[in-house]
Amino acid sequence: MGSPTSSVIAPGSNGAEALRFADVWIGFDEGPILRGLSFSLETGETLVLLGETGTGKTLTLKLAAGLLRPDSGTVRALGQEISAKSERELLHFRRQVGFVFQEGALFDSLTVGENVAYRLEEDGVPAEEIAPRVQEVLRFVELEHTGERLPSELSGGMRRRVSIARALIGRPPIVLYDSPTAGLDPITSQTIITLILRLRDVYRVTSVLATHRLQDGFALANFHFDPKMRTVRRGASNDKTGPAVTRFLVLRDGQIYFEGSPEEMLNTKDRYLQRFLI
Amino acid sequence: MPETPLQITHPQSDDAGTPSVTEVLTDAAKHSVLQVQDYARLSYQSIASLFTPPRYGQDTIQQMDDIGVGSLPIVLLSGFFIGAVMVLQTGSQFQRFGQVSLTGDIVSLALVRELGPSITGLLVAGRCASGIASELGSMQVTEQVDAMRAMGTDPGRKLVSPRVLASLIVVPLLTTISVFIGLVGGMVASVFSLRLSATTFWQRAIAILEFSDLMQGFTKSVVFGFILSTVGCYQGLNVRGGTQGVGRATTQAVVVSSVLIIVADTFLTRLALFLADKL
Repeated sequence: MGSPTSSVIAPGSNGAEALRFADVWIGFDEGPILRGLSFSLETGETLVLLGETGTGKTLTLKLAAGLLRPDSGTVRALGQEISAKSERELLHFRRQVGFVFQEGALFDSLTVGENVAYRLEEDGVPAEEIAPRVQEVLRFVELEHTGERLPSELSGGMRRRVSIARALIGRPPIVLYDSPTAGLDPITSQTIITLILRLRDVYRVTSVLATHRLQDGFALANFHFDPKMRTVRRGASNDKTGPAVTRFLVLRDGQIYFEGSPEEMLNTKDRYLQRFLI
Repeated sequence: MPETPLQITHPQSDDAGTPSVTEVLTDAAKHSVLQVQDYARLSYQSIASLFTPPRYGQDTIQQMDDIGVGSLPIVLLSGFFIGAVMVLQTGSQFQRFGQVSLTGDIVSLALVRELGPSITGLLVAGRCASGIASELGSMQVTEQVDAMRAMGTDPGRKLVSPRVLASLIVVPLLTTISVFIGLVGGMVASVFSLRLSATTFWQRAIAILEFSDLMQGFTKSVVFGFILSTVGCYQGLNVRGGTQGVGRATTQAVVVSSVLIIVADTFLTRLALFLADKL
């Protein structure tokens, strides 16, 4: 693991509301996909969004990032009502949100370094400042040696890590992960989850993880990253300044089927939820 | 509620939800109007974005290289042989009336007013509209466009405007080169096939041209450049259905831009003739 540094990301302040969905509906030609979704998330919390394929997990993340607009209802993120913003205003807002796409969505004509530096270059950050910051986040995801390589030369897991590095470069207080371990082998999935743990526990990043793998959610709930020892440990963090609360939210047919703690999820008697536990 | 994944909750009946012919036609009409509206919006924004920051000069230069320099070989080759074949086709008719010297006039007028812009437009559409559609389509299906938006970049400014501006600049330049090379091809054919002197050919070819002819050719090339780039971008950014959708968008981009170029050519020619009469 690379040494975490405090300048990678702006730490969030606990207690404030980071995200709120209020009666959000969205649909396409085939009918409504999300039907009256309502939930909220405090700064520093981790929300594990579970559900089968097609239940609207990715849509929820895209709504949270302002990439889609709800048909009705409101979405508030980082104290702003993003569902009422114009596209131009949303472009500015999105710079405060990190989004890790399912397949990485790296720009295939740019090198890894250029991909990671993309947002800084767009913001007009001086070149002499870009290089060390790119190197810093690449070191954080343990890929500092890949800066000159093209995404097509990387493995699936490495591409996801570059995608996380790209999401981090803007120092966002909230990061949205869209099935970051989908299609990866267990060892690589573990690496990605460890990275998410590190981000959460070292920099207090508010996280929303959409996944259909329950083990990813329990890994976030049952483990923490110890910055002093630089290792992942079982149990919740002892750092009382910012306990990393993890909650589960299960979507079914575009609605919330379950919302609760990892313990409630684990002890559920509901047959549908038990199918996730098997 | 299904108890196992294999149980069907709501078996579909055959008669339920079958749309009538009227509904199908209405939906198709709405879909077409929506497409035209979206295309018009993209076209407007691609131009409007050029006047406000941020601008992407480096991307524009790269696109000028891709569209302009990349298309140069096919434009040169086709231009030369179109000029030559025009001389071969028309020269034999002029020979019957003993007016071979008029060959330079007709080749020059046809190339400047009509063949130069339209053939160049169609060739560049075939090469670049498809390239733009496939590039942007691939970016769309791999979520690169969404990633761009997620990082606060307007894809219209970053992807569309540079391509449109590059086309507006390089297609007229390519047309100019094509016309010149076409005249060279015509001259070569005239000299070897009709025994017409090169000097006579060039003198007649230049003397026949008026400012309105040059403006007609220039206007057409600008419009064709706009059509091929906006259609390519529109088709690419509206890809649905994965890699198969990218293939469809690529084909559609070439077909639609080619048809629009030919249709626009007709209206522009009529407009040019109307203005020539008035002015």
